Amino acid sequence: MREYSLDDEVDFLIIGTGAGGGTLAGRLAEMGFSVVALDAGAYFRPLDDFASDETEQEKLYWNDRRIVDGGTPLQMGGKNSGKAVGGSMVHFAMVSLRFRPEWFRSRSVLGYGADWPLDWREMWRYYREAELALAISGPVTYPWGPKRPRYPYRAHEINSAGRLLALGAEALGYQWTETPLATVSAPRGKSPPCVYRGFCRFGCSTNAKQSTLNTWIPRALAAGAEIRDLAMAGRIEVKGDRATGVHFHREGAWHFQRARNVVVAGYAVETPRLLLNSATSRHPHGLANRSGLVGKYFMTQSNQAVFGRMRDEVRWYKGPPSFTITEHWNYDDRKDFFGGYCWMAQGPLPIEWGFIQTGARGLWGEALRQDMLNYNHQVGLKMVGETLPDAANTVTLADEVDQYGLRIPRITFSWGENDRKLIGHAISEMTRSLEAIGAEDIFPQREDANHLAGTARMGFTPEDSVVDADCRSWDIPNLWVCDGSVFPTTGGVNPSLTIQAIALRTADRIKAMAGRGEL
Amino acid sequence: MNRRFPGYDVLTKRTGPSWNEATRQAVDLRLAVPREPRFFSMAEWAVLDRVSQRIIPQPPGRPPVPIAALIDAKMLRMGAAGTRIEPMPWDGDAWKLALAALEAEAVMRHGQGFAALDDRTADALLTAMQKGEPAGAPWQRVPPGLFFAKRLLPDIVEAYYGHPTAWSEIGFGGPASPRGYVRLDTNRHDPWEAAEAKSEGDLKAYRHNRHVA
Ligand SMILES: Cc1cc2nc3c(=O)[nH]c(=O)nc-3n(C[C@H](O)[C@H](O)[C@H](O)COP(=O)(O)OP(=O)(O)OC[C@H]3O[C@@H](n4cnc5c(N)ncnc54)[C@H](O)[C@@H]3O)c2cc1C
Ligand code: SF4
Repeated sequence: MREYSLDDEVDFLIIGTGAGGGTLAGRLAEMGFSVVALDAGAYFRPLDDFASDETEQEKLYWNDRRIVDGGTPLQMGGKNSGKAVGGSMVHFAMVSLRFRPEWFRSRSVLGYGADWPLDWREMWRYYREAELALAISGPVTYPWGPKRPRYPYRAHEINSAGRLLALGAEALGYQWTETPLATVSAPRGKSPPCVYRGFCRFGCSTNAKQSTLNTWIPRALAAGAEIRDLAMAGRIEVKGDRATGVHFHREGAWHFQRARNVVVAGYAVETPRLLLNSATSRHPHGLANRSGLVGKYFMTQSNQAVFGRMRDEVRWYKGPPSFTITEHWNYDDRKDFFGGYCWMAQGPLPIEWGFIQTGARGLWGEALRQDMLNYNHQVGLKMVGETLPDAANTVTLADEVDQYGLRIPRITFSWGENDRKLIGHAISEMTRSLEAIGAEDIFPQREDANHLAGTARMGFTPEDSVVDADCRSWDIPNLWVCDGSVFPTTGGVNPSLTIQAIALRTADRIKAMAGRGEL
Repeated sequence: MNRRFPGYDVLTKRTGPSWNEATRQAVDLRLAVPREPRFFSMAEWAVLDRVSQRIIPQPPGRPPVPIAALIDAKMLRMGAAGTRIEPMPWDGDAWKLALAALEAEAVMRHGQGFAALDDRTADALLTAMQKGEPAGAPWQRVPPGLFFAKRLLPDIVEAYYGHPTAWSEIGFGGPASPRGYVRLDTNRHDPWEAAEAKSEGDLKAYRHNRHVA
């Protein structure tokens, strides 16, 4: 690996190496820019370091101090935040979906949320590039949305839980398909095909999973980027309206790395936190925050579910959890609420299943232990739903500090009325689907959320957003944000492919601007 | 004896192709967790131990999963980190406050400590806690319903269902790398997965499970 000295003024210093930062680091390095990418997490070697174990793999999560409050405080940690080179994708569930085109114009076309300053046709090209980079395994024809080419790798065979989703969807008259997944169905480079061990959300110890960690990071290294792990960025230094570098903590001490451009890619909580923690007398409310929108419009996605029990043995612990999907309600607008959702097959491992039994049904005692014996007969459907952007949902700074002495984030969240309506619709639809396949003892899991977004939204003017379409901050021209926090709305599908597509577009835009001397 | 998956012990796969070295090390450490309080005081531990026994009553005839010890170890490791829900303090402190509050509640209601209560009385008190009923000063920073749902149940569940004994009990395949699985269809399982007893004393399932490796 090439290494830069602290005095080298690198072209791009990227904070965070996940879906946004890792992808951008790879592309910018390949374009010939000098790149250093910091990550607070460790650089894991999956073959040696990853156990098949829910508890041990907590080492992949962001478990630094955070405070949650609001009407429905969010559960943070494994479900939504990673801390490792490769970011949250190291333990993501690999579902790789494109937005519905109208979502980029949801305000003007669908009447809610905010428009994106991006054109879906352009995004379609970058989605394709991201799908090729991760060798997504998926169906020959995808049933929803504008035509797209066939996926690079063939779809995986389907497990019992996935088969049951298909049966239920057919009974309801909805289309379903094999979920496009970022795990290979045939060998690719150093990746063997997926062996269906089912621990995907705890890190893939075989490297079949195609995450930032084993796609873009190796490409970044090969192109001369430096990946600096266990390096926590604490403050971005600015002089006037230019960023000059970043203070980071590594091996017990603070250091300062100089840079011509700084990119923040720490995801929807750590990104606003770092911008707010970097306030100066000239930027008293935090960097890139003249609009007052840093930390505002924090979003998650609804991740409620419905579970039931089959007479048959399902053994949902085998394989990626979400082999099949229906996006029916992302494309059918006959609803009395805004936004859409999809649902997917499920395969919680024992601890997570225990959380659901206690959390959703309040079971404990002998009732819990007896019910858990039916583990191999359970079946479930889980939604990924759109949450509307709401200025009252925020990430702000608390007065308490973390292990580095940095002020910690306070995450304030409540579901809105539209969110509740959407969730109610999804729960009743998923319930109908399980009833149609003869599941018994059906129950809903009414509280759950997953992916994060918002807090540094992109937009059209310095007043309505934190960054422009190129992820460049309006206030400080050499400060960029490239991660899930730039989303003005979340759409009803998992976000990582969109984050990667935005990063790929940003890299192209940076190259073009550099060529014109506009950086 | 496990009636649902007779003769199945996920640990018989420990040296086979379903476990890698990282998994063996992680599970070995868990099995060797010290069985005495390091984070909690003796008094807190006694309440925690009794709570754990009531939340997950364990069957006789096999060594119990040391739930209290596993929670003690977790709080030692991460009790001051993670996410805290307003108005609760960080996890380790929240546990200590809640155990003290439960003890005080037991003394107030029944004139004796929680660990000394009979099963029915203990369960009734835990049910009251789950419903958020206790309201005295000791509960101020650990609202009983919130603590019960967000800390007490999850931590106990994680300790128990993260233990190989529980994996064997529910017929979970357990660690599965590098070998993984081949048979994914309904009602199919690989030779290295547990067979379920279809009737009381199903010998076929027992013989299968004795050969899981
Ligand atoms: C369990 C789980 C399952 C998921 N499943 C899916 C799925 O199936 N499909 C999908 O599309 N999405 C999924 N997601 C969501 C997806 O992984 C995220 O949306 C995506 O990775 C976010 O990308 P990002 O670049 O914004 O942030 P991340 O990928 O989270 O990367 C941020 C990185 O920044 C680092 N960082 C943060 N602050 C600092 C700092 N101050 N200094 C140094 N480093 C810092 C962090 O350590 C982290 O590595 C899942 C997420 C989780 C947690
Ligand atoms: S099921 Fe496949 S992708 Fe998931 S962890 Fe196993 S090998 Fe990796």
